[in-house]
Amino acid sequence: MAMDLKEIESLIKEALPDAKIEIQDLAGDGNHYSATVISSQFAGKSKIQQHKMVYNSLKGKMGNELHALAVKTKEN
Amino acid sequence: MDNQTNELINNEIKSNEVCLFMKGTPDAPQCGFSMAVTNILKMLEVNFKGVNVLADQNLREGIKVFSDWPTIPQLYVKNEFIGGCDIVKEMYESGELAKLLEDNGIEFKKKS
Repeated sequence: MAMDLKEIESLIKEALPDAKIEIQDLAGDGNHYSATVISSQFAGKSKIQQHKMVYNSLKGKMGNELHALAVKTKEN
Repeated sequence: MDNQTNELINNEIKSNEVCLFMKGTPDAPQCGFSMAVTNILKMLEVNFKGVNVLADQNLREGIKVFSDWPTIPQLYVKNEFIGGCDIVKEMYESGELAKLLEDNGIEFKKKS
């Protein structure tokens, strides 16, 4: 139950092509990440909607293969 | 999700103004994210109900479907889903959480 940092990044990028993404492996175990995602597609959306867009980009992996991903979203 | 679980969740969020679905209990959180939200609510001295999803596998999966949100903890205020750990933390730091509580007439300790 671990996921590669690059895999997370490419999945988010696929869903939000203009996004600037910064991912950190918090514990160095491939299981606890934090991601900051900056995208123009967040404009006018609530925080819940923005986070859902990131979760959806991960296609159901969040909460399964991926145990912990702290998400921070920003509009640009 | 079965009807019983749906009813249980509806009942909890209706009867508790501030309701946190979490892993573990407010006194003994079983996950760092649940602990973080619990700590925020404690700092604000908000009365809240902690619902331990680890005690009920149907609830643990059901709450994710109910809120359309893949992770736990999940905070509800007055029947409305507020967010998970990251959102609650951000709202606390920006003062939005205090404002939300105030707007909903929920008692808490204001920063002096």
